[in-house]
Amino acid sequence: MRENRTEMSEDDERATDLGGGGAVVVEASSNKTRSFGGNGGGGLGVGIGGVVDYCPSPYPDQVLENVLENVLLFLTSRRDRNSVSLVCKSWYRAEALTRTDLFIGNCYAVSPRRAIERFQRVRSLVLKGKPRFADFSLVPPNWGAHFFPWVSAMAAAYPWLEKVHLKRMSVTDDNLTLLAHSFPGFKELVLVCCDGFSTAGLAAVAKCRQLRVLDLIDDEVIEDDVDWISCFPEPVTCLESLIFDCVESPVNFEALERLVARSPSLRRLKLNRHVNLVQLQRLMVRVPQLTHLGTGSFSTLDNPAQVDQEPDLSAFATCKSLVCLSGFRDIVPDYLSAIYPVCSRLTSLNFSYANINAEQLKSVIRYCHNLQTLWVLDSVCDEGLQAVAATCKELRELRVFPIDAREDGEAAVSEVGLLAISEGCSKLRSILYFCQQMTNAAVVAMSRNCPELMVFRLCIMGRHRPDHLTGEPMDEGFGAIVMNCKKLTRLAVSGLLSDKAFSYIGEYGKLIRTLSVAFAGDSDMGLTYVLKGCPKLQKLEIRDSPFGNSALLSGLHHYYNMRFLWMSTCKLTLEGCKEVAQRMPHLVVEVIGDRDECDTGDAIDKLYMYRSLDGPRADAPPFVMIL
Amino acid sequence: MESKVTCENDLNFKATELRLGLPGTDDSEKHTPPSVRSNKRALSHETTEDSRSKSNSGTSDFGDDEKEAPPAAKAQVVGWPPIRSYRKNCFQPKKTEPESAGIYVKVSMDGAPYLRKIDLKGYKGYPQLLKALEIMFKLTIGQYSEREGYNGSDYAPTYEDKDGDWMLVGDVPWEMFISSCKRLRIMKGSEARGLGSYV
Repeated sequence: MRENRTEMSEDDERATDLGGGGAVVVEASSNKTRSFGGNGGGGLGVGIGGVVDYCPSPYPDQVLENVLENVLLFLTSRRDRNSVSLVCKSWYRAEALTRTDLFIGNCYAVSPRRAIERFQRVRSLVLKGKPRFADFSLVPPNWGAHFFPWVSAMAAAYPWLEKVHLKRMSVTDDNLTLLAHSFPGFKELVLVCCDGFSTAGLAAVAKCRQLRVLDLIDDEVIEDDVDWISCFPEPVTCLESLIFDCVESPVNFEALERLVARSPSLRRLKLNRHVNLVQLQRLMVRVPQLTHLGTGSFSTLDNPAQVDQEPDLSAFATCKSLVCLSGFRDIVPDYLSAIYPVCSRLTSLNFSYANINAEQLKSVIRYCHNLQTLWVLDSVCDEGLQAVAATCKELRELRVFPIDAREDGEAAVSEVGLLAISEGCSKLRSILYFCQQMTNAAVVAMSRNCPELMVFRLCIMGRHRPDHLTGEPMDEGFGAIVMNCKKLTRLAVSGLLSDKAFSYIGEYGKLIRTLSVAFAGDSDMGLTYVLKGCPKLQKLEIRDSPFGNSALLSGLHHYYNMRFLWMSTCKLTLEGCKEVAQRMPHLVVEVIGDRDECDTGDAIDKLYMYRSLDGPRADAPPFVMIL
Repeated sequence: MESKVTCENDLNFKATELRLGLPGTDDSEKHTPPSVRSNKRALSHETTEDSRSKSNSGTSDFGDDEKEAPPAAKAQVVGWPPIRSYRKNCFQPKKTEPESAGIYVKVSMDGAPYLRKIDLKGYKGYPQLLKALEIMFKLTIGQYSEREGYNGSDYAPTYEDKDGDWMLVGDVPWEMFISSCKRLRIMKGSEARGLGSYV
């Protein structure tokens, strides 16, 4: 489960700083196009071609610069660092030399070469690749976001690199091997939603002697027979965190047990579904100091001979430090009582793979007074959510996933659950809620009861579904959210929505950074309201909505301030996209096709555009047309 | 699973139906098989008013896919709902995976008032199966031997194979057995002993 450290979605972070400061140049907020390559920006009278002439001596006060560097060492927020770099050239230089944490929100916004030229002492890299809709199969395979150019450039430039966090990148085993060999002090690898590598690549990374963190979260790991668990250092490891619940291939359990036994610093361990309850017990007794545990299958069904015997699960009672619990991949609910002893200390509980009903959830939740994060399946029903609302007064984040992820599937949770949560959990900051039906009234109630909301993502799975009691569109509900939730930075809308909903968003959503739209709106005005009204908008992803060229053109004033815009199956044509590309030279405008067909009457299916300092990428596959 | 028949005839019929409720407050549509839906997606501007007044709770769907869909499950749109495929796959296979569907066969025992059913897929081999039968029927079957069957036991497990013949359990390899076994019968007494000493 993602916590702040590895969440990697800036919208969910509490502080503005995500694991260390440092942002690439393109994060500066300004309406003007800047050329960031040479000049430091404002503050100088002249800044042409890098020649600065404001002071007789070539260097300003050297002492001041040294002092500045020392001060800047303490500055970690990347937004603050960006501001610092804009003060004057000397500050720009000092900041560049002292930035150790490099955050690149779009791997194509800047080339590795340019980033390395500016920042020469980087220890930690955060790199994000594909647009989020790639998670839902909307981006064809081999689209891009390859790790290779980055790892090969850094291998030469950053010998002291310690940490790499990647999200939605294509990573190969060769990349991982190169990484393992190039950075002797390598400590931390976090891969989120990545693909392209197998257990052979993991084996290479495991050999890094200083490795403290190996977190694999929601990756697609190619199955291979390599026993990577056996590759960690002997006689002792530095491991603090080992997360591999997404690895589908079985692991060598004896090797895992030995690994755990020789990892005295281990605090976070998340097992995959091939580890059963009996094995879990054996591991847990070796690491009573665990703070984060992913329980594997939480089942004994893979070993029928043991079905009759009750597994010994006493280890849970000895884990006094456990605050985060997840796993439960093939849960046998009868054994849930084993976790009761840890419930009152839990701040995070992930049941999103556990097919449990309301009663079973209740039996656990009644002890979870300190819970701040809860992920569940809708199998717990409205009744289960009511129990959550009654007990979990500290809840900050709730996610309710559907067991039956189809449009016309069984409705297990509804507005009743949402309302209950809003009434019980007033400190709620983030919610993701999948349902089959909803009412405006419940959404309005949440907007009033939960003033701390920063993230509101409601997914009514039936497309264009209105308020099921009144038959009205869901405009008023979402309108109330943007109006009343003054801290809202991320919003995902669904259900039947007219342009009115978007006019509300444009009028009140002044802090919104990320907006997701699907099957909504009536006309170009909808998108126009948003582009004109939301000054903080960074990431906009739209699918299957009737927004066309004129709406696209209404946002030209803002696109350089955004990380990206995604529009698929809307009403855009090639002409409209070409016009944007022409008028915005620092925008890369990609038209992504699924087939080699010629334009179907000039209409395009997928548009992905983003600002970039280095122009169109060289690795675009044949089905991507860059305008 | 609701059918998503969208055809012009139904649309007109519905429009002219006499009702007491206001337009748009029809809440019985969900249970009406040839469900009436606006055939057009909300993408078409001109149908916005229509779509709002006709749509309601249950399953208002503007099927941008099949226009003359047979009353079958609606084709799912790519990437919708926005759930990562890993999550989707975690639960669906449990419902529909044919390879792991059980092989259930009836088990009768001579003299017992009713039959039982077992899933042959739940056992890895003959020893587990026989043990389970022993527990289920509270008897002792004993050891299988190629020469003498279950000699020494009052019971002999037999099965009817695809050809309709009654065979002794244990003669053929396990995989062949579970693919050809149609039902089980636990023979008792003299019949059982007869089988063993027949050869």
